[in-house]
Amino acid sequence: MTRYIIVRILQALPVILAVITATFFLVRMAPGGPFDSEKAVMPEVKAALEARYKLDQPILAQYFSYLSDLREGDFGPSFKYPGRSVNELIAAGMPITAELGLYALIFAVLLGGVTGVIASLRPNSWVDHIPMTLAMIGICVPSFLLGPSLVLLFGVHLDWFPVSGWGDIPGDKVLPSITLGAAYAAYVSRLSRAGMLEVLSQDYIRTARAKGLAEWRVITRHALRGGLLPLVAFMGPAFAGLLSGSFVVETIFQVPGLGRFYVQAAFNRDYTMILGTTIFLSTLIVIFNLLSDVLAAWMNPRIRSDLLDHD
Amino acid sequence: MLTLQKIPRSIFALLFILLASCSVQEGNVDSGNRLGILHYGNGSEPQGLDPHVVTGVPENHLVRALFEGLAVKNPYTLEPEPGVAERWEFSDDKRIVNFFINPRARWSNGDPVQASDYVWSWRRALHPEMGNPYSYMLFPVKNAEAFAKGQISDFGKVGVKALDERTLEVTLNEPTPYFIQLMDHYSTFAVHPPTIMKFGASTDRYTKWTREENIVGNGPFVLTEWKLNRRIVVEKSSTYWDRNKVSLNGVVFYPTENSVTEERMFRVGQLHYTASVPLDKIPIYREMENTPYVQAPYLGTYYYLLNINKKPLDDIRVRKALSLSIDRDKLASTVLQGTAVPAYSITPPNTLGYDPPKLFGYDPEKAKQLMTEAGFPNGKNWPGIEIIYNTSESHRKIAVAIQQMWASTLNIQVTLSNQEWKVYLDSVDQMDFDIARRGWIGDYVDPNNFLDLFISSGGNNSTGYADGIYDDLVLRKATKASSRELRYQIFHRAETMLMQAMPIIPIYTYTSKHLINPSVKGLPSNLMDSLNLKYVWLDNLKKEER
Repeated sequence: MTRYIIVRILQALPVILAVITATFFLVRMAPGGPFDSEKAVMPEVKAALEARYKLDQPILAQYFSYLSDLREGDFGPSFKYPGRSVNELIAAGMPITAELGLYALIFAVLLGGVTGVIASLRPNSWVDHIPMTLAMIGICVPSFLLGPSLVLLFGVHLDWFPVSGWGDIPGDKVLPSITLGAAYAAYVSRLSRAGMLEVLSQDYIRTARAKGLAEWRVITRHALRGGLLPLVAFMGPAFAGLLSGSFVVETIFQVPGLGRFYVQAAFNRDYTMILGTTIFLSTLIVIFNLLSDVLAAWMNPRIRSDLLDHD
Repeated sequence: MLTLQKIPRSIFALLFILLASCSVQEGNVDSGNRLGILHYGNGSEPQGLDPHVVTGVPENHLVRALFEGLAVKNPYTLEPEPGVAERWEFSDDKRIVNFFINPRARWSNGDPVQASDYVWSWRRALHPEMGNPYSYMLFPVKNAEAFAKGQISDFGKVGVKALDERTLEVTLNEPTPYFIQLMDHYSTFAVHPPTIMKFGASTDRYTKWTREENIVGNGPFVLTEWKLNRRIVVEKSSTYWDRNKVSLNGVVFYPTENSVTEERMFRVGQLHYTASVPLDKIPIYREMENTPYVQAPYLGTYYYLLNINKKPLDDIRVRKALSLSIDRDKLASTVLQGTAVPAYSITPPNTLGYDPPKLFGYDPEKAKQLMTEAGFPNGKNWPGIEIIYNTSESHRKIAVAIQQMWASTLNIQVTLSNQEWKVYLDSVDQMDFDIARRGWIGDYVDPNNFLDLFISSGGNNSTGYADGIYDDLVLRKATKASSRELRYQIFHRAETMLMQAMPIIPIYTYTSKHLINPSVKGLPSNLMDSLNLKYVWLDNLKKEER
């Protein structure tokens, strides 16, 4: 198992280096620079700014200088926010995005898991059709439509939840988490239904039932573990997706997370911020994929015994 | 055992507890009115709070809450009134101005504000290493431009001197009637030298001196909290010289970059004031009784740049025909829903008493005739041109309307190209366009701020227009004019020349648009959309009155 994890980490390093290199050169190729603005900046001012951020050096020199700083974990200063380092901006936004992502994931797993399992118990009945139809709608409705709709209903008309903010007014975390988690809840619902249906037709379930076990014990003791396996494999990439894809929800609800910085950085050509957030998020995606694979391997007895044998 | 039948009841119970726990409490507006705290939608997260580094409207509001200039604009009249300087005196030839610092003016740490702070700060603001985009605000000062461009390195040659602790002498290149107005622009503000030096070199952009625990200002408010992308909180300063006039106990600035969300925040009582209003909501607010919607003329012009180096726009008849065939009244009333004033010149009307020339109107017949003369009768032989604009729904709508007007009047093909913001800026900078949309917001209320855009070497010209006589009028003759009336006559002549050559097509004059809670008082509309928080107070109205 340890060797499996080490090999996976070693495989990830070139991926991250490729991401850094590709991002570094791609953002430099985009037209316009960080100091362009609608009101023309004096050439002397622009030259001074470029010199300050080493943009007057040859691009390869800039690249190696960046890599050298990166070895010490320094993403450099932000161009858009003078006086703030990229590390500081990520540190400010990331916990909030992670919290939002976590709540969205919990919502998705609870709602999706429960409806999926219930649907699988009575396939092709109304208990199955209604949640699955809702799930399909959930997958199709984009967050920029769902978010404002929830706000209008629960925030403006019913006055149950605040319309924006994060941690300022009680209840302001509810609507953003639901909006972000809704599409994932739909996926989870369909995945867990499919997983459960497959497991429920296995011989060992029939055996369990034949032994006279109560149905709920068959489900909770025997079926759930196997039936939710696809869900575990899905959760790693899903959480990574929630972290990197929260921009729309953060904008709708004024959530001060990383997503807003990330997208704004691209518009502003804030080179260091684009690189910093891309490297940070891609590393997270790699880690979550790795964790998810390890967890899935551990939960699957056949793979686990294979890996343990190798150790 | 949990059965299927029991699930809905338990979910409802959970929901009930959840909802009960977040039942609606007192909103920001109610609590703000009670406590004297203004909740202000500020548009976006500021880049920073260093007056010599930042640019932008949200930054302007914050910096002017925390710092004060030598003179400040009265929000009702826009005329300068005493700020840090209790008075100022011009020499007879108007080339020297002495500012007398108010002896009660204090930094927020209690230090007195001195004339030498200004000398130190202006050196910082102008220093090439500082990379201050607004250093040109001080260019009317003798040798300031040469110092900013690195042509001289001895700051002693720049026309600013501290005669004593309380007297600042400024020598100007030429008499500059709007110079006192510039003292209310943040790039001319003083910063507290010991605080800057504590955290780095004087010209270092990248230090932590503006953090809430470090910053020292001299304005009516002090910074108490800065949560990135969440809120910035300022509270009334106990050291500000005119603190008795300050009614608000504090202001909370919110980075409301999404105007739709901002409008919702206003609707549920989270904000007293919004930075903008979504265009599609304006008709609804207009119809309301006691509407919170406030619209006022704004010192800015929306126009199209024409690349006059390219065919067919090198032909003045084509440029005029394009301009004459735009029905600006229709555009303003339909596409822009009455939120804009048709423009026929670059300078907005009534810019501190100056009214620009109106040389043309909507005249499709004349436009057709000019196109025929230019060799494009009824669109024949037309090579096709392109309008570029930065990606935005409102720019697109305007471009589509103009495209249709040109097609129906002149029978010509025009293509539209939306570009991402920085790509668009790059295209304009490289003059890689036929027609490009543009907007200009005045930095100070004077026709000079609009007319010097089109001098031959102007960094914002971007049209290829170059006329020595125009340059002479704007750069030399106007500065030497002996009276405001004469100066405006010279500007009028220059602007007439500009609009006869038509390197730009003016489309409309901007308006400022806000939602303002009726409890907010002392926040008048003005041409600069200028906010002076010192004048603002909150009327604790009963809920039903709001």
